[in-house]
Amino acid sequence: MLEYLAIIITAIFVNNIVFAQFLGICPFLGVSSRLTNATGMGIAVTVVMVISTLVTSLLQNYVLVPLQMEYMQTILFILVIAALVQMLEIIMKKVSPALYVALGVFLPLITTNCAVLGVAIMVTQKGMSLTQSVVYAFATAIGFLMALVIFAGIREQLELADVPRPMRGVPIALITAGILAMAFMGFAGIG
Amino acid sequence: MAGVLTITTMIAGFLLGYVYRSTAEARDKASSDKLVGAISQVVSGFDNDPVASKTTVTAGSSQVTIYPATHDGRLIGCAAESSSDNGFSGKITIVAGFDPDGNILGYEVTSHAETPGLGAKMNDWFRGSGSRSVIGRNPSSRPLKVSKDGGEVDGITAATISSRAFLEALNTASEGAMTYFRQSTENK
Amino acid sequence: MNFFKTIYHSAVLENPTFVLLLGMCPTLGTTSSAINGMSMGLATTGVLICSNAAISGIKNLVPDKVRIPVYIVVIATFVTLLQMLLQAYAPALNDSLGIFIPLIVVNCILLGRAEAFASRHNVASSVADGIGSGLGFTVALTLLGACRELLGSGSIASLSIYPESWGALLFILAPGAFIMLGFLIAIYRYLQAKSTKKRQA
Repeated sequence: MLEYLAIIITAIFVNNIVFAQFLGICPFLGVSSRLTNATGMGIAVTVVMVISTLVTSLLQNYVLVPLQMEYMQTILFILVIAALVQMLEIIMKKVSPALYVALGVFLPLITTNCAVLGVAIMVTQKGMSLTQSVVYAFATAIGFLMALVIFAGIREQLELADVPRPMRGVPIALITAGILAMAFMGFAGIG
Repeated sequence: MAGVLTITTMIAGFLLGYVYRSTAEARDKASSDKLVGAISQVVSGFDNDPVASKTTVTAGSSQVTIYPATHDGRLIGCAAESSSDNGFSGKITIVAGFDPDGNILGYEVTSHAETPGLGAKMNDWFRGSGSRSVIGRNPSSRPLKVSKDGGEVDGITAATISSRAFLEALNTASEGAMTYFRQSTENK
Repeated sequence: MNFFKTIYHSAVLENPTFVLLLGMCPTLGTTSSAINGMSMGLATTGVLICSNAAISGIKNLVPDKVRIPVYIVVIATFVTLLQMLLQAYAPALNDSLGIFIPLIVVNCILLGRAEAFASRHNVASSVADGIGSGLGFTVALTLLGACRELLGSGSIASLSIYPESWGALLFILAPGAFIMLGFLIAIYRYLQAKSTKKRQA
């Protein structure tokens, strides 16, 4: 139990996917100007990341390694993620149209979210067990959601500030993200 | 439609399989060159082939590969290959050289996935000046620790986890080397 | 379109990093030094040129509906090839770039250029676009790497400019990446706005 707690705390705070590992920056900058969008994107990423890590770990352990075809890892993983995203979109549309309206628009963007593929590859590199992988994926996604929500909150306020013209938009957002990353460095050493 | 995708993936698979096999030799050579290079970096003055006479010893719960270095048949030290799974981003593998008293002659980090610019600095950091350096220290009398944990080695700034894992691998290597030295004197 | 004009257009006017804001993850993650940034830029450029050429070559054979998955497979193939070659012939480089090599697959620049350019132009212009975008990306990463290395450890490409102890470690660490990139984008925009104004006047 303690081992999983350590994985969770490390993945959310110490080794935050956005602020410490620089993954998933594109949606982090792109979908963070409104708090509602940020929450939607974060939840969609959480769902995809957990399911895709589960599937890719199974494929890695029971297909690629026995066949000695580890070199197909990148191709197979990205296809699995792309297919999963498509399937989720279709299922969501059928089962819960309300949820689809809320989260659907973010789904196509997730395929090229490098955090999803990054986590899938990282758990195989770290040699994590299946349970560990899924816990790690979930915690990482929560870290992403948290980063996105905090950042969106700040950006909504930032719009009211008088920022020099060339700094408006992305540059000031990046600098804000840098200050947030500094705050997250305070967690280093825990876990 | 799905056929086009399947065909593309199959072509990609065959192409990659072909390149994988044809570069296999070069990849093996790159890693063995790296090993031989690392061994000659960490011990010197030997006239045998340490890789040919390698042996494995148990240190704690892990296995350490020992590459003995001899000169005129006399044991002058060894290179020990060990690893730690507790790096910031997974496994760290090192090769460390020891003289027969257990003093560290040198080290090389042979594989790691640590953060560039932070943990990745360990290949230079621990041969730096003053209390950063591990060269000449003897972990067999007292295992090395970073100063944050009350030890004597200054860890990499902002990369304590990497530093701890590195020292853990180094301590394991030392334990393995000492076990090997004891065994080889007993056999004489 | 002229070959060199395409390169200029893709590298400067539509610079992937400073203007299109694509491929932010490797931009931030691998630029702790000028050499690292440049290596990452060149690796991406290599894959981009190959994938642009291949996608432009097969564009008429691929049905519209499975276009994106096929592009992804093509890109992933070249990325894996690159990874194998690096492991075999440049293991040190492969180690220092780490996870960002396989992650070239999801670099938005590659799929973005495939979709926006290579699927609509002939092979020669697609190669030119690959070179241009790749160069723009490489220059941006090298510049960011050099600035962070200079401010953080007082050297550029490991050549010492001033003592390391004067440097602000912050710039080598994660926050420095965000802050430095923010300032570089602002400077790029300022210069671009100025040159447009001059042209109009």
